[in-house]
Formats: sequence, structure tokens, C-alpha cells
Amino acid sequence: MTEAVVRLMNVEKVYAEDGLRVAAVRDVSFDVQPRRFSMIVGPSGSGKTTLLNLIGCIDVPSAGSVEVCGQPIAELSDDALADFRSRNVGFVFQNFNLLPVLTAFENVEYPLLLLEEPAARRRQRVMEVLEAVGLADKKDHRPNQLSGGQKQRVAIGRALVKAPQIVLADEPTANLDTRTGAEIIGLMREIQERSAVSFVFSTHDSQLMSHADETFVIRDGRLAAHRGKEAP
Amino acid sequence: MLPKIALRNILRNRRRSVMTILAIAVGGVAIVLFGEFVAFIIAGLETNAVQKVGHLTVFRTGYFDYGSGNPGAFGIDRYRDVIRMIEEDPELKPKIDVVTPTISLSGIAGNFDIDASKTFLGTGVEPSAYERMKRWDEHRVSSRRILPDSGLADGDETRGIVGVGLARVLGLCGPLKLRDCPPRPATAPAKPSAPAPALVNLADLEPAAEPRSNSPRLDLLAATAAGAPNVVSLFVSRAEPQAAREFDDNLVVMNFALAQKLLYGRGEQKATGIVVQLHRTEDLRPARARLSSLFKQHGLDLEVRDFTEREPFYKQAVGMFTAILFFIALVMGVIVVFTVVNTMSMTVMERTSEIGTVRALGSRRAGVRALFVIEGAALGIIGATLGILAGQALALLFNHSGAMWSPPGQAAPTPLQVMTSDAGKLLFVAWLSLVAIAALASLVPANRAARLQIVDALRHV
Repeated sequence: MTEAVVRLMNVEKVYAEDGLRVAAVRDVSFDVQPRRFSMIVGPSGSGKTTLLNLIGCIDVPSAGSVEVCGQPIAELSDDALADFRSRNVGFVFQNFNLLPVLTAFENVEYPLLLLEEPAARRRQRVMEVLEAVGLADKKDHRPNQLSGGQKQRVAIGRALVKAPQIVLADEPTANLDTRTGAEIIGLMREIQERSAVSFVFSTHDSQLMSHADETFVIRDGRLAAHRGKEAP
Repeated sequence: MLPKIALRNILRNRRRSVMTILAIAVGGVAIVLFGEFVAFIIAGLETNAVQKVGHLTVFRTGYFDYGSGNPGAFGIDRYRDVIRMIEEDPELKPKIDVVTPTISLSGIAGNFDIDASKTFLGTGVEPSAYERMKRWDEHRVSSRRILPDSGLADGDETRGIVGVGLARVLGLCGPLKLRDCPPRPATAPAKPSAPAPALVNLADLEPAAEPRSNSPRLDLLAATAAGAPNVVSLFVSRAEPQAAREFDDNLVVMNFALAQKLLYGRGEQKATGIVVQLHRTEDLRPARARLSSLFKQHGLDLEVRDFTEREPFYKQAVGMFTAILFFIALVMGVIVVFTVVNTMSMTVMERTSEIGTVRALGSRRAGVRALFVIEGAALGIIGATLGILAGQALALLFNHSGAMWSPPGQAAPTPLQVMTSDAGKLLFVAWLSLVAIAALASLVPANRAARLQIVDALRHV
């Protein structure tokens, strides 16, 4: 068996606000195998986003441990975590979260700048990715000149451009119409099959579950079910 | 990439950015205009002082503190040899413009035609050196000032200049054709007094002065170095207004030779001081050090004072104007700080979600901080550059407005100007300060942005 790209062990996440303690994730343990298209599904407020945040190393668990690409996250300092994310984790957000002052090209290029890649290599890689997401002709457009689907394609390009080990997508189709959402899922699936990257995305749309190699069902912060296809 | 993002974000909310840039620019204009005005005042004060008393004055040790009570006793022996030594020193020679002896003395000036007398403060000068010193203008602040002919001449030791106040008191308004000379108030008729017998005798000792056409005559009485009373005649060429009332009412400028006669009579002829005017004020320190070293080397009992010691008003005025400039700069700085902090705080609040995004993508906290500091600095650079350019443009317009005024320490009206030449240092310091203030002010909101928790920032709507 290959080593898991994500390993959660007895993870808990409790938010304490105004003296009120809310457990968003309770004693969750599971592994995400590499090169898999995994989904975390569950109703709104079930803890999907919190789990993705923990896997994406942008939040820390209240208890338990999180390992991503074999690295125990708790051992890393804030700067080391930032560097770790910049190398290994790609994000696709529900609201696209593109930087509005940058063009599509520059948005995709941004993660490579953080990795201090040389300019020529950046340009070549960004154009490859824009071709892959079908937006090479929109490279000079700013986000406000793109449709929702195009924005999400740019966001997918931005997540993939640094060839990360894992891409996390938090409800990437939630702000898209059904057809565009299906296109985006299809695109992500196609890229995942081609590039051997692991995808983990959250959704509350049970119809999308058919696309997944692995599904983790979350309910009230707990892992309610885990279904998976055989690894290829 | 960070500067590019910063600049584009500045353009994103144009109205707010324009207001911030304007606030910084107004601060820049105020600092430039007032700074250049203060520079002009200081240069004017320096020019007046240096024209009047040179950069350095050599005195016999003790004269500066005690000599005014008995100038004759503190004369410099063999002053011509000292002057020659100074002029021929290879280190001093290229720095020196004028070296000339001077005499300071006091006494009583009388116009016996109208039976009026008055104490006076006299200065003996060499007319040609006096004229040359009046033309010193390193900072080009008096180039537009028309210098009247002093009426003194090296070959005519009887001519002199008086303050307007003294001329008025001694009844010289008419003969000197002075304006602003109100008629003398009526006083109780005094009995015509005959000169004291001793003075009559003294006056008899003087060769009969030939009358100068249209030049009123004064008789100057002073005590010689030996303590004996002495009298000389002075033909007043003109009256020159003085900035300070006490000088205006007391000043008599006379030929050095006449002053020597008055102070030393037939005794050994000395000078109470040797004035050294340099080409450039920046040479003052080395020249002073060299003079002191020369005197020590030759065993001369002489000391050197600079114009700031001889003219304490200069230091006071410079201190006052510098303090006002500092205060204005401080107020402008505080306004810039508050404006930039406010603008950048609003920017951070509006871009909270973006901050979360770039942090999630792998930016370190320092990267986020740098982004906002660069943005603040960019606002500062644009605002400061506009402010400096607008300030310079306004200054040039102002200089061509033809406004006149009487600056501190100067009686005659002069063009009201701000000093646009040699203002490079001021402009650079003002520019750099504004940029630094804007960058530092943005550090507060930038730190707040850098400390945001990523998940909280991403949730921000």
C-alpha cells in the first residue's frame, strides 16, 4: 500500500467564541491515498470546510494530528507552514478568490513567484496551464472581465501551476450554474487523471459523488461513512 | 510583483488614493515652501552679517569680552604685519576674499551749528574693503538689491556715514535730504553753549577741514587710548538706515585712518580688530582653526571670533525659524501619518479575503506586511514627488511675483523670495521624510493584516 498523501488521526477542532464552545470536527481519522479524486460530502455546517482547512494547513486541530505528504503539520512553524503550502498544496475556493488587480496570467503565475521560479520557466509553465484549462486566449483579462466558470478555471490553473502534491477545492461548483459546475468537475477530473495529483474537494451536492474515487461523508463533524473505489 | 500589485491596488480605489496623495502632496508643498523661505531668511541673515562683520574677526585676547569699555587698550600691535601674515598664508590664501583692519570706538558726536550732540558707536573701516565686503553674496540673496554708493573713499579720510536715527537727532535731515524725518518738536530754548575750553583747544589742534559741498559736518569726541579727550571732524556723505534702533541712533562709520586718529591721537597706530571675509562660509571652521594655529605658532596674543558670536541675533533668528520649520514639518507629518493609517486600514479591511487567499497560497506573514508597506510607500512616493514638484513650481512663481519686504536684521526693503537654488538637500530630505512617514504609518495596518488568521480572513465578506 502506498503512503497516504493526507493522514488525519483523531482530529478534533473546537471553536470557542464568546465563551461558547462549538466542535466543528470530532474525532475524525482517515487517509487520502495519492492520485485519487476524493470528495468530502455532507450537509452545510457539517464540518467539511474545517476539515479541508486542516488538510490545507491553514488551520490547526484542537486535538489529534494531521500529516500531509508525510509531514506532521504541528511540527512546522508559521513560516515553514507557508513554505510547505506554497510547494505542496493548491487551493480552489468557492468564491474563486482571484486577485482582482492581476490578469489571468498573473493570477496563475503568483504561486510560482512565491517559489521564486525564473521568469522564463514561469512564463512557459503558466501558458501550459492556461492551455490546459482552456483560457490561453484570456490570459490578459482581469477577473472582472471573466465569467464565473472562467474564473474558476483560472483558480484551477493557479492551484495546479506549481505541480502540488494535493489540490483542495472547497465547494468549487457552489457559485456556478449546473452546466458550468459539471464542466469544472470534468476538467478537474481530467487534469487529475493526467497529472497524478491528488484532489480533495468538498461538496454538499450528492450528484457529484459519482465522479469520486473516494468519498468521505461527514455529518455533525464526524466521519459518518467512507466509500472508495479500488485504486487503479 | 509586489510593487506591481501595490500600484494596481492604489489605482483600484482612485478617489481614496487621490485624497491620500493630495494630503501628502500638500504636506510636501508646505514643507518645501516654508523650508525654502527659511533657507532664504537664514541665507539673508548670514549675508547681512558677513557683509557687515566678515566671517571671522581677529581680536587681541580679551577684547571681545572687555574691550568695548576701553578699545584703545586692546589694540592689535603691528596689525599690518598680522594682515600680511594672514594674506600670505598658503592655506588661507585661496579661502580669503577680504582682510582688513577695523576700529570700534564710542564717543560723542556733535553738530554745533544747531547745538546738538549725541553719543555714538563708531566703526573705522577701509572704504575699498568696506565696499568689497558689501558685495559678498555667496547665496545670491542680495543680487537684486541695489547697493548705494557709500560715499567713502580711501583717499578722503574725512568722509563718513551715519545711521538715520543719529542723523535725525543731530539735525542732518535737511542737508542729507532724508525722508520720514518728522520735524523736531519744540523744546525750551537752550542758551547757546560755548564749547568747553579744553575742546576748543583740541579742535584748534585739528587742521581746518575743508568744507565738502553739500556734506554736513559733525565733530566727534572720544577718549584716546591714553585717556585724553580728542576731537576730529567728519563730513557725512549719507545716512544709512539700520535694522536695530540702537544702531540706527548711534552708528557712525568712518575712514579707518580717521578712527585711528580719534582713538590713538599721535600715539602708536593700532587696530581693534582684523576682519576676515571668506569666499565661502563652509571654509569658516578650517580658516578659524588655521588662524588660531598661526597665532599660537607666532606667539601672538590674539583670538578669533566668528560672525555668529559677533552677531548673536543671527543665531537667535536661525534658531527661531528652524524651530518654526520643525513645528510645521511635525504638523504635516502627523497629518500624513493619520491619513495614511486611515487609508491603509480601510484597504486592509476591504482586502481581508485577499489577504487570506495569498496566505493560503503560501505567502509568509512578512510578505503580506511588505505588500501593504510598499503600497503605503508608493502613496508616499507619488504624493511626495507631486508635493516637491508643486512646491518648487509655486516657489518659482512666488519669486517672480515681485513682492518686497524687510527681513529680520535688515532695514532696507528687499525682494521677498524663497530659496529655490541650493535647495536640493531640503527637497531630498522633505521627499525622503514624507515617503518614510507614509511607509512607517502603513506599518500599523500592515502588521494587522499580517497577523490575520487565514481561515478568519477567508471567511471575511
